[in-house]
Amino acid sequence: MNWLDYNTRVVLAGTVLLGVSSGVVGTYMLLRKRALVGDVASHAALPGIGLAYLIMEQSHPGTGKWLPGLLLGAALSASAGLLVSHGLRQIRRIKEDAALGITLSLFFGVGVALLTLIQALPTGQSAGLNDFIFGKAASMVASDVVGLAITACVVIVVCAVVHKELALICFDAEYAAAGGWSVGGVDLLLTALVIVVTVLGMQSVGLLLVVALLVLPPTSARFWTDRLGTMVWTSALLGGVASAAGVLLSAGVPKLAAGATIVLMGTAGFAVSVLFGRRRGLYWHWRAESETRQRVGLDDLLRAVYEVIEPKLSSAAADLTAGSVSLPELVSSRRWSTFRVRGLLQLAQSRGLMRRDAQDRFHLTATGRREAQRAVRNHRLWELYLIHYAAVAPTHVDRSADAIEHVLQPEIVDELEELLRDSSRTPAMPQSPHSAREAGGM
Amino acid sequence: MIDWTTLDTWLALTAAIAAMSCALPGTLLLLRRQSLMGDALSHATLPGIVLAFLAVHELHGLGWISRDMLDAFRPLMLFVGATLTGVACGVLSELLKRWGRIEPTAALGVVYTSLFALGLLLIRAVADQAHIDTGCVLYGNLETVVTDTVNSWGMPRAAVTNGVVLLVNGALLVLCFKELQLCTFDADLAQALGFPAGWIHLGLLAATGATIVAAFESVGSILVIAMLIVPPATAVLLSDRLAGVLVWSIVVAALSAFLGHATALVVPQYLQWLFHLPQPGEVSTSGMMAVASGALFLLAWTVSPRHGWLRQIVNRVQLQVRILAEDILGVMYRLDELNATPAGGVGIAKLSATLSARRWRIRLAIAYLTRKAWIERRDAGFALTDHGRDRGRELVRSHRLWEAYLAKHFALPDRSLHAAAEQAEHFLNAPERRQLAAELEQPHHDPHGREIPAEPQ
Repeated sequence: MNWLDYNTRVVLAGTVLLGVSSGVVGTYMLLRKRALVGDVASHAALPGIGLAYLIMEQSHPGTGKWLPGLLLGAALSASAGLLVSHGLRQIRRIKEDAALGITLSLFFGVGVALLTLIQALPTGQSAGLNDFIFGKAASMVASDVVGLAITACVVIVVCAVVHKELALICFDAEYAAAGGWSVGGVDLLLTALVIVVTVLGMQSVGLLLVVALLVLPPTSARFWTDRLGTMVWTSALLGGVASAAGVLLSAGVPKLAAGATIVLMGTAGFAVSVLFGRRRGLYWHWRAESETRQRVGLDDLLRAVYEVIEPKLSSAAADLTAGSVSLPELVSSRRWSTFRVRGLLQLAQSRGLMRRDAQDRFHLTATGRREAQRAVRNHRLWELYLIHYAAVAPTHVDRSADAIEHVLQPEIVDELEELLRDSSRTPAMPQSPHSAREAGGM
Repeated sequence: MIDWTTLDTWLALTAAIAAMSCALPGTLLLLRRQSLMGDALSHATLPGIVLAFLAVHELHGLGWISRDMLDAFRPLMLFVGATLTGVACGVLSELLKRWGRIEPTAALGVVYTSLFALGLLLIRAVADQAHIDTGCVLYGNLETVVTDTVNSWGMPRAAVTNGVVLLVNGALLVLCFKELQLCTFDADLAQALGFPAGWIHLGLLAATGATIVAAFESVGSILVIAMLIVPPATAVLLSDRLAGVLVWSIVVAALSAFLGHATALVVPQYLQWLFHLPQPGEVSTSGMMAVASGALFLLAWTVSPRHGWLRQIVNRVQLQVRILAEDILGVMYRLDELNATPAGGVGIAKLSATLSARRWRIRLAIAYLTRKAWIERRDAGFALTDHGRDRGRELVRSHRLWEAYLAKHFALPDRSLHAAAEQAEHFLNAPERRQLAAELEQPHHDPHGREIPAEPQ
């Protein structure tokens, strides 16, 4: 690829490290239910940058844009912002969201005021300072990246070392406090890490979007796993991949802002995770749901077929596979739509449970008969139980049994049979306590 | 000191109207604890605005709209676009919360940052074609906006737009006041009573989105958050009724605008002096508006008659004085009981020693008691008046009844009984004493064997 020149590689390295470290820190923040604190930190950092610039320009003219100084100012101002928001929450009338919002908007307002002032100065080519707001991934240089790399590694190492304490605080802060761990201290450490990551991230995606790096990867990772360790790794990976993809894409396509592209890559990753994440992805959920619906529908169909055929048989020992049903008979025996019955019949045929003969009548196969008997026995056992033990009126029993019978496991069926055998009320196939017609069915 | 011209008045007025129109939906959002939704909406309207700009530009290019219609069409498209993305933000985050089972703030964060990134991307990519200035969209540009006037007085177009939005918001609020009140404070009851709480929520989001887009031209989409949150937060400290909060938030919003502009004119000179800058330069009015609203918030927090910290300090001091005064009454009554009151009255030194309190506190308490005519001056100290004796008797009765009650129901050491009663005696009143006495069957002695005095008549 001819766009992987030196510059791009430098930017790639820097942003990937940032993505990884913010993914790691963001995981703990998400679990601590403080996802948007990064937003406050980043907005609150702006006045610090402006003040740092003004102070440095005043003391040593020309050094206004010394990066470490600006970053220090940003970090101090972000810390001040978080302190203020913590203090505001102590006012009883001001809730958490209002405290965050007030801090965010006030500090940002001061920052914008300072920035416009600097912009008007002859020396203040604040195009440099503006880049903190929108990100200047593309203009990163190797020296910046070295600093970034070192800090990102420190962040990751610290998280690894304090992982157990962080995990404890995230899941059960009260237990931790009771157990003697310093919840306030660990919280402080986490906040410090957030500030570091925010200040670093401002250089790549800009302060308006750095919260996205802290929120998107962990939220995406949540759909892939239920274990904290795996979540941290996954979030780091997703953050790194999103950053890399964003940088490469914006380098290849003209006029594509790098910061925004990185975030949108993160969003794409989030969309994929929401749909296809192995643990909680919607696709898997919907698939399981549809499978259940099919199973339930088939059971109901087989039971309906059995109940239509049963009265027509000459004796209890007659073969069920000999009897047949027609479509109208099925439709009238239950309150189903023709469409649904037809669909279920198709399904049953494709599963080898029923077959169709030349006169458009449907027969049970051997497998189908077995399944039908199982379904009917479950249903009738449950009905008997409800009547005799739960005092449900026989006319009301069908619906309750319908709902519960599909989740009866074999062990429970055995137990029910035991119960009812002791009261010697069950034959091998219990009689239906009512006629299917008078109960109305489904 | 300040060089205030007519233009400045229009500027401040436009900003004030924009701020007031934001304060109304902002108050409702604050009371529903959804202030960050306002933050999210102001970020999320960006792609809608840019897309609307683009659409208008394309339609103009295709010749579907003429130059004259453009000026009228653009604001309408902006409204529609921004409101749509604003509502989309709310709906999407709700869906994510429900289906994805994600924490609410995280869901909101995902949606609005993605939408905002999309907006920024679009701005950068199409800024040249559609004549949008990134800085202007984000920070607003009051100074230039007010030059676009609609009539001979110099009324800026932006003031008219914002004025219309303010009136519409106000009308909606007045018409639906009861419904909004119910849905804000008890959404479940509203749902149970059949009010469409979900639709009202969406309506609020739509109104906020429209307000934001009207205001963004003046104060920029980022600083709209300040106007959505800070004046309502200030108002909440100043009033306990919904109508009062709404009125205060409008007042504070307007004040912040005027103060903000005034300081924006004054501050550059100070900053120039402070940082040895070659020239004063300018600070943006919208930035200073945020600062001014913050200052008003601080002021409200300080002096608020109910929730201000000054008031709380005063309350605490008053409570301390009252408690100490009552303790003094208790001491003096007990001395009387034992017939141990000195002839010339009880002196401050003795009280200070008995109660382990500083003399100046005792003096304050004595002043309080004298004002209430519960004690009177004697030669060498103070003694109880009749009223004071009655009050003292009530206190001691409360104390001993409480000790009896605790002793009956809990197995506590003497010291705990006394300590608990020391606290409780100040807060028991006559009905409660009657209840206690009834429950204990009219006791005559406390657990220490001392007589429980009867209730004064």
